[in-house]
Amino acid sequence: MSLVVENLTIDHGAIRAINNLSFKASTGSLTAVIGANGAGKTTLLRGLSGLIASKSGSATWNGQSILGKKPEDLARSGIMHVSDGKSVIAELSVKDNLALTGLWRKDKKDVAAVTNEIIGLFPVLGERMSQSAGSLSGGERQMLAIGRALIARPKLLLLDEPSLGLAPLIVEQIFQTIKSLVKNMNLTVVLVEQNAMGALKIADEGVVLNLGSVVAFDSAQKLLNDPAVRTAYLGY
Amino acid sequence: MSQFITAVLTSLSSGAIYALMSISLVLVWRSTRVINFAQAGQAVITTYVGYEIISRTGSFWLALIVAVLTGALLGAGIDRFFMRPIFKRIQSGPIAVIAPVVATLGLLGVIQSLIGMIWGIDYQSIEAPVSTNGFEIGGSVIAFNRFNLFVLICVTTAMILLTLLFQRTNIGLALRASAYSPEIAKLSGIKVDAVRTFGWALAGAASGLAGMLYIPGYYLHPNAMDLLLVFGFIAAVIGGLDSLIGAVAGAMILGFGISFSRSYISTEILFPTAFILLILVLIVKPGGLFAAKKKRGA
Repeated sequence: MSLVVENLTIDHGAIRAINNLSFKASTGSLTAVIGANGAGKTTLLRGLSGLIASKSGSATWNGQSILGKKPEDLARSGIMHVSDGKSVIAELSVKDNLALTGLWRKDKKDVAAVTNEIIGLFPVLGERMSQSAGSLSGGERQMLAIGRALIARPKLLLLDEPSLGLAPLIVEQIFQTIKSLVKNMNLTVVLVEQNAMGALKIADEGVVLNLGSVVAFDSAQKLLNDPAVRTAYLGY
Repeated sequence: MSQFITAVLTSLSSGAIYALMSISLVLVWRSTRVINFAQAGQAVITTYVGYEIISRTGSFWLALIVAVLTGALLGAGIDRFFMRPIFKRIQSGPIAVIAPVVATLGLLGVIQSLIGMIWGIDYQSIEAPVSTNGFEIGGSVIAFNRFNLFVLICVTTAMILLTLLFQRTNIGLALRASAYSPEIAKLSGIKVDAVRTFGWALAGAASGLAGMLYIPGYYLHPNAMDLLLVFGFIAAVIGGLDSLIGAVAGAMILGFGISFSRSYISTEILFPTAFILLILVLIVKPGGLFAAKKKRGA
């Protein structure tokens, strides 16, 4: 029961964005994927969620291949990708943004229940239900994007740079929320982050990417203490 | 005074027809980023279907319903079997922008030739289901009749239904989300391709309605809706191309501009008025009157 990526290769036009990449994320764990700009982090998530096609290799979730499937089908099967930065639809209200992932769910009672849970988790969203998502601050948008994903009751959450452009205090808050979600909602999370330090601190495992390849895959604790990772990515 | 009232009333009824066409164009543009030139062909061929029903059954009402449904089916079919394969094959580069639009232009030609093959190119007419004798105001007959009133009622009803669909229903939310951000919609589990086909169906239904409401005042021939396509397009651009409210507002501005200049300046001034209005709006507000607001940065 886990996400297994083996020898995944993805081309971005003429550029090989992901090269022969392998890693595993076991159920209920938080895996941080770190690396410099252009290392292929975002491409990896877009490949896993079906937004872009892969060239070769495999990726399975609980034993079933997820490559070559449509993003909407993967989303419905419990694999939710919160794409880069503040992925909300600015023109729609907060309420409508949250409703998107409940539209196709059969169990409307549970949709209502989980929506209430989300509002409990992020009370500010409850206060701003009828405002347009475009009027929210960066942190609030991130909460909305994560909240929307959670309403689908996902099993695997792919988060792309939730800390992007947020003030340090908000980043800390978002990271702690993500950590608690893994425990409370029985989630498996793959967290792509430029903020390597913050991500590794809350993660169980860490994947270090460079130019589309895995240069290190280890427990987050070990990576935090690894001298090479420290100088290259953590800056001390 | 009666000239003024007449101008207002004809503005409303011609604006209503322009609105149907501009809404059709906007519905497709929002979901597909394509200006659908074939809309004129779709509108006219569904009107021919209506014409066929009338000549067989004599019922305008049955023809109206069948034409609107045919328009919806045709719109959905064009997206599903014509546009979608094109989009699949060409996904990037300048050709991805041009090819689909040129394809709709080609489709317009195909539809119009097809009409010629089936029904011929002679002028046909559809009789209005209600009187087309002008109403009387203070003893003088004005150029606004029962059928014009019927057109206004029909279009207003269609607008109300469309607004309710967009604002109050799940499919409406899916339509809006897919139009604003197809990627986020997909990642939220919405079947964007199917939603887009539904948008094309709505556009097809609206243009079918436009044809059935417009032709009774004129004649039916393969190019009968070409002018309306131009006016619908101008109205859509005035309204910002992305906004349904803008499409209606643009159509009304156009309707009023044309009717008033025709009744107070010259009946020959149809085209200049439309294009002068368009140019004025584009100079003052290049994005159109109801251009989507820019997203707030981080």
